[in-house]
Amino acid sequence: MPIPTPFHDRTAALCTSYRWADWAGYCAVSSYSLPNDGEYYSLRHAAGIMDISPLFKYEVSGPDAVAFLSRIMTKNIEDIPIGRAAYCCWCDDFGKIIDDGTVFRLDTDRLRVHTAEPMLAWFGQFRRGFDVILEDISADIAAVALQGPTSRDILKQVTDADLDALAYYNVVTAQLDKLPVLISRTGYTGDLGYELWVDQTNALPLWDVLMSAGRSYLLQPFGLDVLDIARIEAGLILNGVEFHNAAHCLIESQKSTPYELGLGWTVDLDRKPFCGQRALKAEQAAGPQLTLVGLELDWDEQEALFAKQGLPVQVHPGAWRSGVPVYDNSGSRQIGKATSGTWSPLIKRNLALASIETPFAKTGATLKIEYTVEYRRETVTAVVATTPFYNPEHKRR
Amino acid sequence: MDPIAPPFHSDIPTKRYDAIVVGGGHNGLVCAAYLAKAGKQVLVLENRHILGGAAASDQIFPGFTFSVYSYVVSLFRPHIVRELDLTRHGYQVIPLECTFTPFPDGESMTRCGDPEATRREIARFSPTDAEMAPRFSLAMTQMASFIKHMIDSPAPDPGSLKISELAKLLGLGRRFKALADGDKYIFTKMMTMSAVEFLSLWFESDRLIGPMSVSGIIGTFLGVRSPGTAYVLLHHYMGEIDGAFRSWGFSKGGTGGVSLACARAARSYGADIRTEAAVEKIILRQGKAAGVVVRGGHEIKSQTVISAADAHQTFFKLVGEQHLDPDFVQRLKRFKYRGSSAKVNLAVDRLPDFSSKPGYGPHLRGDITIAPGVEYLENAYDDAKYGDFSKRPFLDIVIPSLTDPTVAPPGKHVISIFVQYAPYRIKEGAAHWPAKREALGDTVVDTLAEYCPNLKDSILHRQVVTPWDLEQDVGLTEGNIFQGELSLEQLGPFRPVSGWSRYQTPINDLWMCGSCVHPGGGIMGAPGELAAKSLLKSC
Repeated sequence: MPIPTPFHDRTAALCTSYRWADWAGYCAVSSYSLPNDGEYYSLRHAAGIMDISPLFKYEVSGPDAVAFLSRIMTKNIEDIPIGRAAYCCWCDDFGKIIDDGTVFRLDTDRLRVHTAEPMLAWFGQFRRGFDVILEDISADIAAVALQGPTSRDILKQVTDADLDALAYYNVVTAQLDKLPVLISRTGYTGDLGYELWVDQTNALPLWDVLMSAGRSYLLQPFGLDVLDIARIEAGLILNGVEFHNAAHCLIESQKSTPYELGLGWTVDLDRKPFCGQRALKAEQAAGPQLTLVGLELDWDEQEALFAKQGLPVQVHPGAWRSGVPVYDNSGSRQIGKATSGTWSPLIKRNLALASIETPFAKTGATLKIEYTVEYRRETVTAVVATTPFYNPEHKRR
Repeated sequence: MDPIAPPFHSDIPTKRYDAIVVGGGHNGLVCAAYLAKAGKQVLVLENRHILGGAAASDQIFPGFTFSVYSYVVSLFRPHIVRELDLTRHGYQVIPLECTFTPFPDGESMTRCGDPEATRREIARFSPTDAEMAPRFSLAMTQMASFIKHMIDSPAPDPGSLKISELAKLLGLGRRFKALADGDKYIFTKMMTMSAVEFLSLWFESDRLIGPMSVSGIIGTFLGVRSPGTAYVLLHHYMGEIDGAFRSWGFSKGGTGGVSLACARAARSYGADIRTEAAVEKIILRQGKAAGVVVRGGHEIKSQTVISAADAHQTFFKLVGEQHLDPDFVQRLKRFKYRGSSAKVNLAVDRLPDFSSKPGYGPHLRGDITIAPGVEYLENAYDDAKYGDFSKRPFLDIVIPSLTDPTVAPPGKHVISIFVQYAPYRIKEGAAHWPAKREALGDTVVDTLAEYCPNLKDSILHRQVVTPWDLEQDVGLTEGNIFQGELSLEQLGPFRPVSGWSRYQTPINDLWMCGSCVHPGGGIMGAPGELAAKSLLKSC
């Protein structure tokens, strides 16, 4: 049975829809209201706040902290300056991905790692020979994501941190209305945004301060359902959907490599040994068999399929992650699978993330994707598109 | 200088164009974008300092952006958004969350996107109506699906025996035949009944029929019990956002945001756009349109002229009666404008607090309707019939700053109030509107303040736009927001004149692309699109 997060008293009071999900054993709001359009639009046009406390959090400290994490991560952690964050993934010996997450370099020998799955045992197995302390601080730290175009304006009301100087993927410790807080300019929505990390005893005051400051900036809480739409628009992958932890897979085809997931940029190959290095070198030389791409579905064909059944076209509410086959342009051979997708209210297109055979992964190439209307399986044209689908100018300001 | 649309005199165009579009409202810009996309050399000339016509955003008061005239979007054709890639050019529409109707007795009704919550809410007044509401929505979805084909193609001409026209009529007949029998009757009734009669086929409660019937009178000089208003109701139900019929939304940055997205699209395809370019005359050479004269005497030549202005402005002001067939002139003069609505825009320092539903809530983020019953609306119409604005008008209110932070400073808000009836022809004469403008503003504020007592003290600035202002400022004849009433006899093949509904005019090479041609008004873009496509087909 899921347990409450440190923000539960506040989120429960606002969750008028009673729609909850189990996120890593915690009660997490799926959507606060029904329908949840308001949550989506406030996130995209103003600001949204989300309880992200269920993330797993680890503190890594000691003289060898950086070397230790460099041994685990595909990215060379030594390259991360103090005050910077990095998006990372880590693999097994065969170069197959275990999980992804963010690493914060807080000091010379102190780092934080945030993961989707519990990693104490996985990280712990590399500890031999390193002078390092690895602590699971998941339950000690509460966190919220404050995302959207007005998120900076809101934070500026309540913190002494120089937010204009805080670049993308930078981290700073600050006072937020007298609360000690770690602010990272990170997020999972593809928009301007921050994540705020506090001692769990300060969770409710943090929420109250942000909600109060955010009122004039149209801040609304948002749940997992809206997050799913936003992250697909941003072209961001999800553990359990776009990939699976290789340590939990029964068959090889369920595993992925960073190159197959478009995460080649997070792999620093030529350095001291790290887990999966040899396999990844081979994969990089040969090129990945599969490639993760964005797909945009042809609207007119969707409309025609509905018209064939005498129906006006309907838009699937929210994101889907049921997985559907993707075929070549003739529709005769399956060349991959779409793992998740959504109607984008911003871009006005049906979008999907798909893993397909690499030779087909050319921007602008036309493929076919399975599309069911009134219980009939059909296909519509899908065009390979570059991700992120949504990449607003204000995100970079 | 605005890189999209510089003022005319700062950058006078010297080219000879394939097409000049007169009027930089959303339809003119959509038309220009389609023509430019097809490779035509296009110039758009807008009279005002800003683009958008009646779909314009302006900072009337520092820090506050008003959708000065039109204020919500629904009818804009989704395929235009796709074909012109408008989301890439900034087109963003945020759906309204609900409809809130306060009543004078302290009650209120909030209808929202949660069907069960809406059912419970309506059931407080009529359990029967609560059950009928989904059935009514279904019927309207059927009607909207049927009519969608009509609004997305030029109107078939029943007077023509051309094979292509007959085929179109046949196609229409087939689609009608494909409707379920019950829906055929509904459609026929819809074409002839009043909004109130039509709604009474489903509902019994005046508290529901009243606020719902107002969609049947918006922009017309008719009452909710006048025959023909049921169709106007459908006109407001057939819009769609993301496949959902009858959704309405705010355009980010005000309704001018839609026009600017169209302008950016047109510009990206190579169209030239100029503001502060008052077209004084359409040049005719041997009976054909050959260009325009801009204020200051600048002549610009073009192969074709497309007017986004209404029929009255186009033919009587820009062409001249002397160049037209007398019969055509007579028919043009019979085309009804009869503007009946006004607009009040407020900048406020706090949110309105409704006595019937105090505090902040989702009810403020939708459409707020002051239309507490049929009798209230009929009384409002009675005042207008005899040349007065309504003493207690129907008000349609939105607060876009609650969903779009770009239109007001933090913590402050803009309130947009659509007002009906404010007839163009007041008994003192339309020219006396400036003297009555603030009295209308007072009436509107007084009316709303009866429901939210904190309103008056919150007002930082008030802008009142009368039908006379609409005519003077935006060139809408008699202040009709649709460039001509949306009554049945003025729709489809009859808009604006029977025989001339297909964007061409009796003047060769002069075309029309505004709301005065099929399928009519609202921020729809369809007249602009269909005119461009018809023109391109004729080349």
